[in-house]
Amino acid sequence: MKDHDISRRGTLSCLAWGGAGILWTMAGGVPIASALGAGTDKMSKAGAFSFVQISDTHIGFNKEANPDTLATAKLAIERINTQAPDAALVLHTGDITHLSRPAEFDTAAELLKGLKPTELHLVPGEHDVLDTKRSAYLERYGAVSQSKGYYSFDHQGVHFIALINVMEFQAGGQGRLGPEQLEWLEDDLKGRSASQPIVIFTHIPLWSLYEAWGWSTQDWPQALSYLKRFGSVTVLNGHIHQVVQKVEGRVSHYSAAATSYPQPAPGHADGPGPLTVPAEQLRSVLGIRRIESRPLQDLTVKDGALA
Amino acid sequence: MRYFLFLAALLLSPLAVSVAQPAAPTVEVSIEHFAFTPQNITVKVGTKVNWVNKDIEPHTVVSNDQKFQSEALDTNESFSMTFDQPGTYGYFCSIHPHMTGTVTVIP
Repeated sequence: MKDHDISRRGTLSCLAWGGAGILWTMAGGVPIASALGAGTDKMSKAGAFSFVQISDTHIGFNKEANPDTLATAKLAIERINTQAPDAALVLHTGDITHLSRPAEFDTAAELLKGLKPTELHLVPGEHDVLDTKRSAYLERYGAVSQSKGYYSFDHQGVHFIALINVMEFQAGGQGRLGPEQLEWLEDDLKGRSASQPIVIFTHIPLWSLYEAWGWSTQDWPQALSYLKRFGSVTVLNGHIHQVVQKVEGRVSHYSAAATSYPQPAPGHADGPGPLTVPAEQLRSVLGIRRIESRPLQDLTVKDGALA
Repeated sequence: MRYFLFLAALLLSPLAVSVAQPAAPTVEVSIEHFAFTPQNITVKVGTKVNWVNKDIEPHTVVSNDQKFQSEALDTNESFSMTFDQPGTYGYFCSIHPHMTGTVTVIP
C-alpha cells in the first residue's frame, strides 16, 4: 500500500493484511512487509518489549454506525489480553468517551481495568474535553501532567511523549499544540541522545493528512524541527478511525483503527463522521495495534482487526 | 384619489407587516456534514439565530471573541442567540475548528 493510497479500499485491504498476520517493519524509513512469526522469536532477547495502542473507544456513542461501542471496546480488550498479555504498556490515543460525560468516563475506566497489561497511558481526544473546564478528563487523568495534558516517560530505553492537540484550537485552524507545549517539548528533548528511539502518542494526526476535514496539526512543523536530529521517531495517533501510514524523513506516522466505528477515507464523503457499514462487516474495520521494540532496531507496528 | 393612494401605501408598507408580527424573527443555521449552512448570514438587529446540529457528531457554536458559547450539541440539539447590536460576529466549532461562519447584524 502506497503512502498516498488512502482510499477506502486501500484502508480495508491494509486492515485485512494486519489481521492476516503481516508485519510492517520500518527499516531506514522504508516499510517492509514480512510474514507474521518471522521476527517474533527475537522478542525473547534482553531489552525487547511490546506495547499496545487502542484508540477511539467513544464510550457513550450508540447510533447506527455502532449501537454498542462498549461491546466492541470489550472485544478489543479481550483481543489485547489474549494476543498481547505480555505487553509492557497500553496507550489509549483519545476519544475515550463520546461526550465527555462523567458516566461515560466511569464506564470507560471500569472497562480499561479489564486489561491484563496494567500500565496504561492516555491522551484526550476532542470528545473527551467537550466540557468547558475539561474537568471530566483532567480530574481522572490529569495528575501525571499537572493538568496540562502533555507529559513524557521512559520505558526500557524508549522515550514516550504524550502530545495534546485538542485543547488549543483556534477559529479556522487545525489541531494545535500551542506555544507552551512546544516550549516544553523542546526542553524535554534537550540533552537526549539522537539514537534514543522516540514514540509520540497523540490524538489528531500531526502531519497534514487532510486539512479540509481538520485532520492535521497546524504547528507540527515547529515540533518537527526539535525532532529532526533523532534517528527514529514513531508517531501513533487516532481520530480518523482508519489505518494510514506516512513517512516524513525519519518520522513514521501511524493512524490507528478505532474500536467504535469507521470513518470515510479522506474526501470520499460530504464530511468526516461515523460511517455505517453492514453490521457483519463492522468488526473487520475496527482494530487494535501491537508495537514491538527491539534494541538497535526500528519499531515493528502490527495492526489487527477485531473480526 | 390621493387619499386612496395613501391608504394603499400604508397597507403595503413593510412597517405595516412588522406591526402585524411583533415576535423577533428567527433565522436557522443548519450544522451538517461538518459545516455551518448557510455559512455567512446577514440579519437585522433583534433577530434570533438558531443553530441546529443535524450531524451524528457533536458540535459547538463559539464566537471568535468568546462573547457567546454553546455547550456541546449532540444530534438534533440546538443553540440560539439573539443579536441586539450591529456588527460582524465570527464564530467556529470549538471541537472542529475548521468549521467557521459569520453573522452580520445590520440596523
